[in-house]
Amino acid sequence: MAQTLAQKLVARAAARSTVAPGEIVTCKVDLAMMHDSGGPRRVKPMLERLRAKVWDPKKVVVITDHYLPADDAESRSIIATAREWVREVGVERFHDGEGICHVVLPERGYLKPGMFAVGGDSHSPTGGAFGAYMFGIGSTEMLGVLVTGEIWLKVPHTIAMEFGGALPDGVAAKDVMLFLIGRFGMDGGQYQAVEYRGEAIGRLDMQERMTLANMTAELGGQAGLVSPDTVTAEFLSAAGAGEVEVDAWQSDADAQTLAHHHFDAADIAPQVAAPDSPANSAAAESYGGTRVNVAYVGACTGAKLADLRMAARILKGRKAAKGVRLMVAPASLRDQQHAEREGTLGILMDAGAELLPNTCGACAGYGSNQFGADVVAISTTARNFKGRMGAPASRIYLGSPYTVAASAVAGRICDPREMLKP
Amino acid sequence: MSKAWVFGDNVDTDALAPGKYMKLGIEDIAKHCLESVDPAFATRVEHGDVVVGGRNFGLGSSREQAAAALRHLGVEAVVAISFAGLFYRNALNLGLAVLTCPKAARIRAGDALQIDAEAGEIRNKTTGETLACEPIPSHLMEMVRDGGLLPHLEKRMAQTGSGR
Repeated sequence: MAQTLAQKLVARAAARSTVAPGEIVTCKVDLAMMHDSGGPRRVKPMLERLRAKVWDPKKVVVITDHYLPADDAESRSIIATAREWVREVGVERFHDGEGICHVVLPERGYLKPGMFAVGGDSHSPTGGAFGAYMFGIGSTEMLGVLVTGEIWLKVPHTIAMEFGGALPDGVAAKDVMLFLIGRFGMDGGQYQAVEYRGEAIGRLDMQERMTLANMTAELGGQAGLVSPDTVTAEFLSAAGAGEVEVDAWQSDADAQTLAHHHFDAADIAPQVAAPDSPANSAAAESYGGTRVNVAYVGACTGAKLADLRMAARILKGRKAAKGVRLMVAPASLRDQQHAEREGTLGILMDAGAELLPNTCGACAGYGSNQFGADVVAISTTARNFKGRMGAPASRIYLGSPYTVAASAVAGRICDPREMLKP
Repeated sequence: MSKAWVFGDNVDTDALAPGKYMKLGIEDIAKHCLESVDPAFATRVEHGDVVVGGRNFGLGSSREQAAAALRHLGVEAVVAISFAGLFYRNALNLGLAVLTCPKAARIRAGDALQIDAEAGEIRNKTTGETLACEPIPSHLMEMVRDGGLLPHLEKRMAQTGSGR
């Protein structure tokens, strides 16, 4: 029976030769990732109540990113609990203040094609960019994984999103996702596996593929997958993962999909999603003229090295407009250091950027950096639900790093391609 | 008898469990549950009431406090045309009944409902109508009866005597 990539990944984890969409199976978990908010502070008391041990601490990764900087008593306690717990349990893969979990996980080479992984965060589908099946779960379900090493799954159908050709200059993975979410809605993924394919996807670097997989959360998919290839293998080799198998982790050509949508990547224009939903997306030019007072380059979705470089291409030799607060929170410490070495960070700083810690920051709306009621922001983040980033009256528009940077310079939302012309 | 609280499509987890209170315990988060949509909800909802949503209820974050806050406030069940998959799993794991009801839009705010989660049926005492729901997946029913995943695991481990 021909199988999709999603079916092959689930079948392997369920120790089956094939699986059919809709079947309920039990899968063995290769990797369980948690952050400080949904992780130790929540699972520790539950493990104690059960007097249970973690099934395999070597398969657990803990990364602090939500409550850093820990600038109040509650945050300090949450972070302290994470630090103590990993020591008690013997979790060696602990990254504290080194960046946002979805970005740190692959940069350390922890993910490989063929793996079955869970994460205690809704943007966990990011891991699917590497040809792994990865999805988000809540803390209680994470407890179940920690105790048993297993999780149930309804074998997903696959929705194929195929993009032929190449994205135009100034158009990014973020635009692709805002386009798809606007077209199909935030439940368009139907909690199935969404597979991004085609020539235009193959041309993307790993961090751009991660943006696609990441925003599968906003498209309503359970997992967002990209077939691994030489780009994947090279990234992982550089990250210290060693040699990886890619050929086994491809959808069979004749495997059945729930839907197969075809697009010409050349037709995609820079997109902007208006408050209060990523599904309120349209071509950036249709919001031209909307004045902004914050431009936020941050989050796992929009502040990886590839994203910082996009912003820098626009901001080189330019400055943020008067009255616009340009905020940059690089998604990981390594990406920030790389950006600093190559000069990308310097360009952003010269443009007037305010450099923020390598954490979820204003995107999660958990910490002290909350937007006030007077804020009209354009942001590289994934969600603009009412009140998510601060006051319910604040207005958040979403765009690519190009669009956010260009809007910062113009002081109003604009199509960035004007500023990329030589 | 349960009173219906009716909300629209796309009730998100930032509305159910606002980020700025996430560092606090569930009793504090619950006080702000749905305040951006209906500021009176958390103070007026009564034990046994039912929350009724439209499409894609619970979209957004993996934070299970979104479901836990409703349960903490005494909400008996959530009925919606469709649920975001992550919220659906979280709710059942926490022992909160979630019923997918294609005709949920027929329920009006304040209607008196009688919920039969096992049978997958809602009886609307105000209108006299009975609405069919998709059943909770059979492999999860025992967990739901046990009150969620934690008590379910507790029971299982007591039975097998394994503390692993």
